Amino acid sequence: MTLAEQWVAFYTIVRKEIRRFLRIWMQTLLPPAITMSLYFVIFGALIGSRIGQMGGFTYMEFVVPGLIMMSVITNAYSNVVSSFFGAKFQRFVEEILVSPMSNNTVLWGFVIGGVARGLLVGLIVTLLSLFFTSLHIQHVGVTIAIVLMTSIMFSLAGFINAVFANNFDDVSIVPVFVLTPLTYLGGVFYSIDLLPDFWAGVSRLNPMLYIVNAFRYGVLGVSDVNVTTAFLMVGGFTIAAYAYCMYLLSSGTRLRQ
Amino acid sequence: MAIALQIKGLRKVYDNGFEALKGIDLEVTEGDFFALLGPNGAGKSTTIGIVSSLVKKTAGDVHVFGHSIQTDLAAAKREIGVVPQEFNFSNFETVWDIVVNQAGYYGLNRAVAGERAEKYLKKLGLWDKRDVASRMLSGGMKRRLMIARALIHEPRLLILDEPTAGVDIELRRSMWEFLTEINRSGTTIILTTHYLEEAESLCRHIAIIDGGNIVENTSMKALLRQLQKEVFILDTPEVITPDLVVEGFDTRYIDEHMFELVLKKGSSLNEVFAALNKQGLVISSMRNKANRLEELFVGLLNAK
Repeated sequence: MTLAEQWVAFYTIVRKEIRRFLRIWMQTLLPPAITMSLYFVIFGALIGSRIGQMGGFTYMEFVVPGLIMMSVITNAYSNVVSSFFGAKFQRFVEEILVSPMSNNTVLWGFVIGGVARGLLVGLIVTLLSLFFTSLHIQHVGVTIAIVLMTSIMFSLAGFINAVFANNFDDVSIVPVFVLTPLTYLGGVFYSIDLLPDFWAGVSRLNPMLYIVNAFRYGVLGVSDVNVTTAFLMVGGFTIAAYAYCMYLLSSGTRLRQ
Repeated sequence: MAIALQIKGLRKVYDNGFEALKGIDLEVTEGDFFALLGPNGAGKSTTIGIVSSLVKKTAGDVHVFGHSIQTDLAAAKREIGVVPQEFNFSNFETVWDIVVNQAGYYGLNRAVAGERAEKYLKKLGLWDKRDVASRMLSGGMKRRLMIARALIHEPRLLILDEPTAGVDIELRRSMWEFLTEINRSGTTIILTTHYLEEAESLCRHIAIIDGGNIVENTSMKALLRQLQKEVFILDTPEVITPDLVVEGFDTRYIDEHMFELVLKKGSSLNEVFAALNKQGLVISSMRNKANRLEELFVGLLNAK
């Protein structure tokens, strides 16, 4: 296929992916909006007002970046895992497998679909947060870069999950039992400076801590961790996940008999 | 004529150790209408799966219009349109989206995709259903949708894996006409089917696969010439008895207005009617007891 034809194929997948999550907005866009609004009301407005300052900011200001990032992560991941597994489950992944598209086109088509949903939900949550606090982004470049890299990384991770998933339980295991706990323990609701040294050390093993803090640095200008380390780590994981996805596609693992 | 499909020494051993293909060779000439027949589990779908890249081969070579699926897979894929046995499209997408998106996967822009979608959906009687979600279609419509989807990039080789399974007779006939028209326009067609009259009436060449081996590969005419006898059922308005004898032919009484007659290779229908005339027996209608190809097919498989 020529480059122009690959572009058409890529655009076709991205368009289909975006139309898919917009068509089922009650399942994809509304739930995170409601959930995050509840977080803002309960943790930010009600409980937060009693907590006082955190890292030099009101509690609401402190939790907003983490909650936005949590939405981006779970939605980018969920979009790719559910869409690609659905295609496998109903076998219409074969439409893609018999076509002459390159593996890169297939992969990036699904990944950009995941990134689009992650960013759209992130934007919705950000707009909702403005009803509760004001955001003055300190480092625009850092903010955009970490959101983009993170949504790409988790879209790739969702793709890997979808390839190996055998049923719909396998699709929800990682978001429910891995992503959500790691995000909750990754400094969304607290600064690790509050933790005893041992637990602060353990927290530093949690990759979500770096992602949440890099984003918080972009928005608020403060971070519990070194932001360069965060970028290197997200970049490293993204490259590793991309390489593994390409291996899965080229070897046909779990896709071709 | 170019070779549309060339298969050499194709083997497939699945992860569970089952050897589905034991080194088959096959050649399909451009423009042919080719039947690939065999009992369930013979290796037909595995062969099609390998050619369309959904199944990984264990050994052997496959070339589609000269493009190796090993070294030039994308070019080979462009030449192929596949209509699988099982429905494999999104239940939630509309007929239009399924066909147009498939065109996009082959790099066709939306203007071209739209023109072709209209052309094939109209030809296949799905134009009125273009905005309907695919899950709402009847079984026959779903089959036709898969044919439209497979043709959207106008492949030179169309592979149909039991395309008329579960389709009513009227629709099956119209699909035969459509496939004949596609074939006449130059598309090479490979067909697997359990309806042997379908293969006999449509296909010019035939391969029979059984137990992972090709047991017959010849032209339909040559195969039918192998037929040693044909059994006809004849209806007569007159009353016949079980002791009916037609001189020179074996017969079997069915009921007082119907009997079977065996026509051996070398005999002609003229001889049959001459004998019947001689006895003054009027025949109102006659038909084959079984499809001719079916008799050969069963014979070949039993001979193994």
